[in-house]
Parts: sequence; structure tokens; C-alpha cells
Amino acid sequence: MLKKALIGAAAATALMAGQAQAQFSDNKIKIGVLTDLSGTYSDLAGKGAVVAAQMAVEDFGGKVNGVPVEIVSADHQNKADIASSIARKWYDAEQVDAIAELVTTAAAVAVREVSKEKGKIDLVSGAASTPLTNDKCSPTGFHWTYDTYALANGTANAVVKNGGKTWYFLTADYAFGHNLQAQTERVVKANGGEVKGAVRHPFPNSDFSSFLLQAQSSGAQIIGLANAGADTINAIKQAKEFGITQGGQSLAGLLVFITDVHSLGLETAQGMQLTTGYYWNRDDETRAWSKRWSARMDGKMPSMVHAGTYSAVIHYLKGLAAAKTDEGVKVADQMRALPIKDASGFAVNGKIRADGRMVHDMYLAQVKKPAEAKGPWDYYNVLRTIPGDEAYQPLSESTCSLVKK
Amino acid sequence: MMTLFGIPTAALFGQLLLGLINGAFYAMLSLGLALIFGLLNIINFSHGAQYMMGAFIAWLSLTYLGANYWVALAVAPVVVAVFGIILERTMLSRLYKLDHLYGLLLTFGLALIIEGFFRQLYGISGMPYAVPKELAGGWNLGFMYLPIYRAWVVVASLLLCLGTWLLIEKTKLGAYLRAATENPALVQAFGINVPVMITLTYGFGVALAAFAGVLAAPIYSVNPLMGSNLIITVFAVVVIGGMGSIMGSVLTGFMLGLLEGLTKVIYPEAASTVIFMVMVIVLLIKPAGLFGKGA
Amino acid sequence: MTSHQMTSAARPAPSRQAIFIGILLVLALAAPFATYPVFLMKGLCFALFAAAFNLLLGYVGLLSFGHAMFFGWSAYITAHAAKEWGLTPEIAVLLGALCAAALGAVVGWLAIRRQGIYFAMITLALAQLMYFVALQAPFTHGEDGIQGVPRGRLFGLIDLSDTLNMYYFVLGVFVLALFFLHRVINSPFGQVLKAIRDNEPRAISLGYQVERYKLIAFVISAGLAGLAGSVKSLVFQLASLADVHWHASGEVVLMTLLGGVGTIFGPTAGAYLVVTIQNFFASAGSWVTIIQGSIFVVCVLAFRAGIVGVFVPFLKKRGIDA
Repeated sequence: MLKKALIGAAAATALMAGQAQAQFSDNKIKIGVLTDLSGTYSDLAGKGAVVAAQMAVEDFGGKVNGVPVEIVSADHQNKADIASSIARKWYDAEQVDAIAELVTTAAAVAVREVSKEKGKIDLVSGAASTPLTNDKCSPTGFHWTYDTYALANGTANAVVKNGGKTWYFLTADYAFGHNLQAQTERVVKANGGEVKGAVRHPFPNSDFSSFLLQAQSSGAQIIGLANAGADTINAIKQAKEFGITQGGQSLAGLLVFITDVHSLGLETAQGMQLTTGYYWNRDDETRAWSKRWSARMDGKMPSMVHAGTYSAVIHYLKGLAAAKTDEGVKVADQMRALPIKDASGFAVNGKIRADGRMVHDMYLAQVKKPAEAKGPWDYYNVLRTIPGDEAYQPLSESTCSLVKK
Repeated sequence: MMTLFGIPTAALFGQLLLGLINGAFYAMLSLGLALIFGLLNIINFSHGAQYMMGAFIAWLSLTYLGANYWVALAVAPVVVAVFGIILERTMLSRLYKLDHLYGLLLTFGLALIIEGFFRQLYGISGMPYAVPKELAGGWNLGFMYLPIYRAWVVVASLLLCLGTWLLIEKTKLGAYLRAATENPALVQAFGINVPVMITLTYGFGVALAAFAGVLAAPIYSVNPLMGSNLIITVFAVVVIGGMGSIMGSVLTGFMLGLLEGLTKVIYPEAASTVIFMVMVIVLLIKPAGLFGKGA
Repeated sequence: MTSHQMTSAARPAPSRQAIFIGILLVLALAAPFATYPVFLMKGLCFALFAAAFNLLLGYVGLLSFGHAMFFGWSAYITAHAAKEWGLTPEIAVLLGALCAAALGAVVGWLAIRRQGIYFAMITLALAQLMYFVALQAPFTHGEDGIQGVPRGRLFGLIDLSDTLNMYYFVLGVFVLALFFLHRVINSPFGQVLKAIRDNEPRAISLGYQVERYKLIAFVISAGLAGLAGSVKSLVFQLASLADVHWHASGEVVLMTLLGGVGTIFGPTAGAYLVVTIQNFFASAGSWVTIIQGSIFVVCVLAFRAGIVGVFVPFLKKRGIDA
């Protein structure tokens, strides 16, 4: 040890740089954060995810085995074609090694196709649909934060058990909405509930009045909102305007982020049950990390997508360090082997399965009454911790071709 | 539950009423388009963007100046009209001697600029605008719960359309306008300043769009793309009605709104396409449009 | 235009026109070694799209504001055929173009009933109708689009997943299509089209069945726009709503206007310029829209000849038909 340390510092750096050249192509690690920077999902993902990825790089020391790490970002506008062409350009012409975040299923699946073809890593955080770890799974693809299966297991289970037996769905008309509806129907029926119908609305949508009227005339007890972000917010607000909740029906937001609760306000959102992969105010560790994030984001608090992006990026950097190469498959193997633990307190009991699913504890939460909140963004009471293996689709049910049966 | 033709009446009346509200917007926008077309012979593609500007002015004046809905309803049309008049004087007026298609292309370009500008500043997720407290709440009509604000939209747009019609059909100013539409050279010869009339008509047309935009703000969240998606449907409405008559465009707007509402009950999948289908049928039977004169 | 053509064809030595085209071809063949090939292919697809559109606007005087429906729908057809039915790329592309031509026949038949602004609005409205159909038809997969389209093997032999092979395939399609357009424009049929554009009543009084000529031109234009969309879906291995959206219809108008309406190479120049702008400002969000809008305004107010149009008199003096 002492002998090694005595070698001249200059020589050591030269040696390390030389080694690095051999390990990492183009002597640089580049992570692209591809997200919705301007649209419906820009609050729950967007700039906050870019900041989270930057924090991950900084917390890791800015370098992997001496090679500098750089974050680039772009706006895919929730469009599959834009996402896919940016991903192609990044991989082909700009030496990007991995793409993170990827909100919106359509965009995530498009990027997954490109990443798979090029043998590059994708770290999906914002997109929710289960095909990412089933038909569309990839040896270099990861699904980190949550998925529709876990959401349905959490929220729908709780609602049906509280007596909400008959359901009608307002579904965002694209892969994510369909998938969330299908997963929720599965849980509702398994618990003896009944599905009275569904109506699909365009994405994104601003006027829900006619869809809400249809839901109202179905007579179902629960109107399940199989959508996200601004769509969910608008649907909830307009349901209030049309007196739906006064009429005895209740709304179940199947995917609600803390940023949505913030826009709705506790007055409107109180009492709602939801499933989340992260809550900033859960323990000291989550509070400490979230406050650091918050300081850079004008006092907002992170959604699960933000924390998930941080966690995924830092784990990817660990995988790179262990694999000593940026070759996608080898890094992915290391990532599956390494324990998942980081400063955000995100992945409790986390592990990565063969299908690329990062399984970790989820939380069933209830939105606080305005009087209960002790400060800004103090929104949830965590009702129950759902162990990862209970929340997520069992590996035996996965249709992923990488799963050995 | 009561039914009519096998459809629950509650659902039917509810959707028809919502259709009427959509129809109100079609009517106000196609009225403005028809007015501008009548005198300027151009299709104002930036009409949707000007409608969106109306909504944004309402939102901006509430957020930054604390001006309430009623102030916005009065101020936004004036601001947008002034903006429109500037556009007409500096750009559109240079194109009157050319093919009318250039007017369409110019206003299309302007629409892109305006839309891009607001997108750059405010994103596309939409800004909430609360219903004014005077019009909050709703009435339980038995078959549906009608928010008062939506009823107000229908009434306001009916009054506006009727007022415009009276202005054009029953006043001297309107008579000049109708005459200038028919034969501008002759009207000019009578000593009436036609260029000023053209400018004012354009201003009035886009003011109608802005007024509609303020009405829309509390219903649809204020969004840079709110106009561009609507305007194409309104184009179809205009083709169906034919741009010959003011009343025709208003009537077509309301009718098609109702039809859209009805479709939502009978066959929801076709709701977004039904207006275009009607356009195809009208083109086959009466190419000049329902109220049009000649081609 | 034709007189130059004929005199130059009669000469045995390579004409200036041939040299001009030869230089362009060499540049096109060498380009993928200097620039990112996917970008070049995107440019070629839009250039073909714009050239097809230009046939209508530049030579018949019809402004179609709904050409995206041909571009986007043929992309869906090709993507579906290649992915679900496993057809080889050349058959899938042909099928896409044929479907677009068939759609063009129906839309054209409806739209040529009205002229000028009405024609533009009707095509726009019909394109919006087809957009909603694309949004709801199950095989298009709505917002997700058809993803992971295999490029396959051309004639069962040449592997198109190789970027260079794909590039030369796209270039080949483009050159053939442009040559075909050139022939159409300079044929007797093309002369009649131009006569209709310049003075429709006179063409009618001369006994031409104007509507039929318009319709045929519309179908050719739709088919070639479809060809462009089909090839694009193979390049990007994706067919999505963006290509049927009215924005795409507007973009093709912009490309043609910017490059020069009624010129052969104008649409290509316009397409590359617009695609470059999009590429350059991709991370700048809505600035792309603002810039495109501004170009529209400038072109309409002060630059109606377009880039290539400005050089046409200059080149013509030197025996080059641009």
C-alpha cells in the first residue's frame, strides 16, 4: 500500500487516464435525461428529473474510475417519434451511454427499441406500463420507480376493500391508460368487484365534461381515473364542477403524484388514497435528500419519478465502476448483482430481477386534511408499506423472454 | 331511468347541452371568420391563435394585475383587436393584390409565431382559471347538474351573435359593410373610406375570437394549443355553412355542436369526426355550403 | 423550360444541365461519409414529400393543406405491412404509396369541387378527419404509433438495417421519384396543368377536361407524398401520429415556399433547410415553431420566389434548369 502511494502523483494520473481510455469508449460517460420538459408531465418529471440526475453524478464524485460523467437532457414532448429520433441521434452521433427518466409509455417503449438494438442502457423511471418488463423487456433495460401493476395492487385493492365494488373508468387513450385500466380491472374483479364500463379520452385533454356525464349515468360507485398529471387534475376539478362527488360517486385516482396533489390543493384532494414509490417526508433519510433537491427546485418537493431517477442514475454509475467498461450488457449484469442503496432512501429492499424490474417497497398513502398538514408539501399519511414482492407482478407471470422458466 | 330511443334521457339531454356549449364556440369563431372573409377575402388562419390570446390575456391580467373575469371580458377583445389591426396594417394589407392563398399562408405563419411564443413562455400543460364567483355553482335540472357558468357561455354567445347580426343588418354602418363586400370600388366612389373599414372589420373579427377565448378560459384550461385544435373544426363548420351569410355561419355552428353532442351519446367513437363527415356529405350535395351562394 | 431541355438533349457533349445534376449526385453519394446519415435520410424523405406537394402548388396552382394525410397514412400502411405481415421493404413501400394514391383519388375527387381557399380548407379538414381515424384505428396503436418496424432485406438480399445500405436505398427512391416528376412536368400533360394554373377558364374553353387533369395531378402528388412517408417509416422504424398531424401539412408548405414554388430543386433545398433548423434548435423547444412561423411570414411578404427561385434566372442563362 505504502509503496503504491509513493508512486508519483503525476504518474498515477497518467496511468489512470490511460486505463480509462481502454475501459470506456471515447473516455467520457454521457447520460441523457430524456423527459417531458414542456408538457403535461413536466411537473412530475421534467426539469426536476434532470436536477436529480445531476445530483446523482455530483454525489458520486463526478467521475467513474477517473472518467468524467456528463448529463445531457432533451424534451421528447411525450411523442414516440421525437423520443426515438433523439435517442438514435444520442447513441449514434453523440456518444451517449445511457438514457434515463423517460416519462410517457409511448416514448419509453420507442427508446427501449432503440436501446435494445444498440445494446445501450435505459433507466425508465416516469413511464408506468408493464410491457416494459414483459414483451418489451431488454437485457439492458430497467424499470425503476413503479408500474401499473403495483399501482393497481395498492390503490384498487384498498378501494374495493372499503366497499367500492362497481367501477367505471376514464382512461387516457394511449398505451399507459389502457394498461393501467387493464391492471386495475384485474384487481377489481379478483376482489369480487364489477366493471360497468369505460370511456377513453384523448391525451392530453382539457374538457372532461362529456366523459364525466357518461361516467355519471353508468351509476358506478367508483370512477377510476386511468390517466396522469394534468389530465387527472382536470378530471378531478371538473367532477367537482359537475357535482359528481355530491351525487354519491367517488373518484379514484389510479396514478397520483405529489405534484398533482399540490396543484389540486388539500381542500380538493383530501382523503384520496394513492400508491406511491416514494414520499419525501417518510423518514430522516428521505427528508434530508429531498431538502437538498428542493433547494435547487424553488422549494418544491420531489415526486417518486424524481427520486427514482436519482436512484437509477447512481446505481448505473456503480454498475459502470464495477464493470470497468461502458459496454451495456456487462454494466447491466453488474447492476443486477450489486445491492441497491443510495442517499435518497428510495429503494427500500430493492433488487433487480431478470426482467429488468427493480422491485422495492411501495406505500399506500392517504392525502391529509388541510388541518392535518404541518407545513408546505406535508400531504400524505402513509397507511401501509406494501412489500415489493407483494406489490409487483410475480416473476413467474412475466412474459419477458429473458426470464428462465 | 327514463329513456328516449333506447338512450337514457338524462345522458341525452346532458350531452346535447354540452354540445350546445361547444356549438357556441363554433358559432362565435365562424362568425368572425365569415366577417373577415366577406370583406378581406382571406381566411384568417390565426383566428385560433387570437382566441387563445384572449384566454391568455384573461389569465395574465388576473395573475399579474388582479383584474377579474369581467374586466378581462371587456379588455381582452380590445387588446387583441388592436393587435389584429396592427397586423392588418403592417402585413395583411400588402397582400390584397395577390392571390388570396398568400393571406392564408401569412396568417398561418402568424399563428405559428403566436402559438410558439406562448408555448415558450408557459409550456403546454395549461393554466387553471377559476370560474368567477358570481357564476360559480350549478343548478340541478333533474337530468343533469348544470354548472351556471356553462349556461352563461351559451347565453353570452347568443347575445353576441345576435348583436353582431343586428349591427350588420340594421345599422347604417352595417349597410356600408354589406355594400363594400359586394362592390368595394363602388362604395369607395361614394366617398366611404373602404381601407379603414377593412381594417376595422379585421379588428372586430379577431375581437370576437378573443371574447370567445375569455369565455373559454374557465372551461378549458388556458393553453397555448387551445386555439389551433379548435380552428380546424371551425374551418369545417365554415365549409359546411358556406361563408355567404352571417346568420348561416352562426346557425351552422350551433347545429354542429348539437350534432356532436348527440354523437357522443349514440356512437362516442365518432364524436371527433362527425363534423368532417357532414362536411363531406355537404360537399357532395351542395358544394357551395348550406347557406352559400355559388362557388 | 422545355426548349432548353430539347436543345441540351440534342447536343452530344454533356450539357451544363447534366454537369449540374452530376455534381449534385456525387455530393449526395458522398454525403453519408461526412454527415450523420439518419439526418440525410430524413432530409431526403421530406424533400420528396415537398417535391410531391410542389407538383400541385407549383404546377396546378392548388394549395393542399392536408398533404400530411398521405405522408402519414402511407407510413402506417408500410409499417404495418413490414411488421405484421412480414413483407419485404420494397413491397411494403409500394403498398404504402398505392394506398396513399387511392386515398388521394377519393380526397381529390371531393376537394376539386371547390377552388382556392375553399380547396385548402377542405383538404385541411379531410386531413383532420384522417388524423382522428388514425388516432382511433386499432392497428395504428394511437399515441404509441407502430414501433420497432423492421427495415428488412431489400429484394430479400440487401440488409437495410445497415445504415449505408438504407441511405442508398432512400437516395435511389428519391432520385427515381424526382426524375419521374420532372418527366411529368415536362410532358404534354404537364403543359396542360400549367395552362390550368395560369388561366383555368381558357383551358376549359380550349376543351380540356380540367377536373380530370386536376384529379390525376392530385393522385400523383398523393402517391409520391405517400412514397416519402413509406420510406420515412422504414428509416425511423416508426409510424406515428406526428406525420398525420396538420403540423406536417404546414411544414411541407413551408419547405416548398422557402425553397421556391414551381422549381425542381426548390422543395429539396427548402426541406433540408427546415430539417436543419429543426435539428439545430431541437433542444430549444418552441423556438422551432417561432422560427418556422417567421420564415413563413418573411417568405410571403418579401421572398415569394424562394431560395432556388431567386437563382432560376441566373441559372437559366447558363443553360441549367433548376
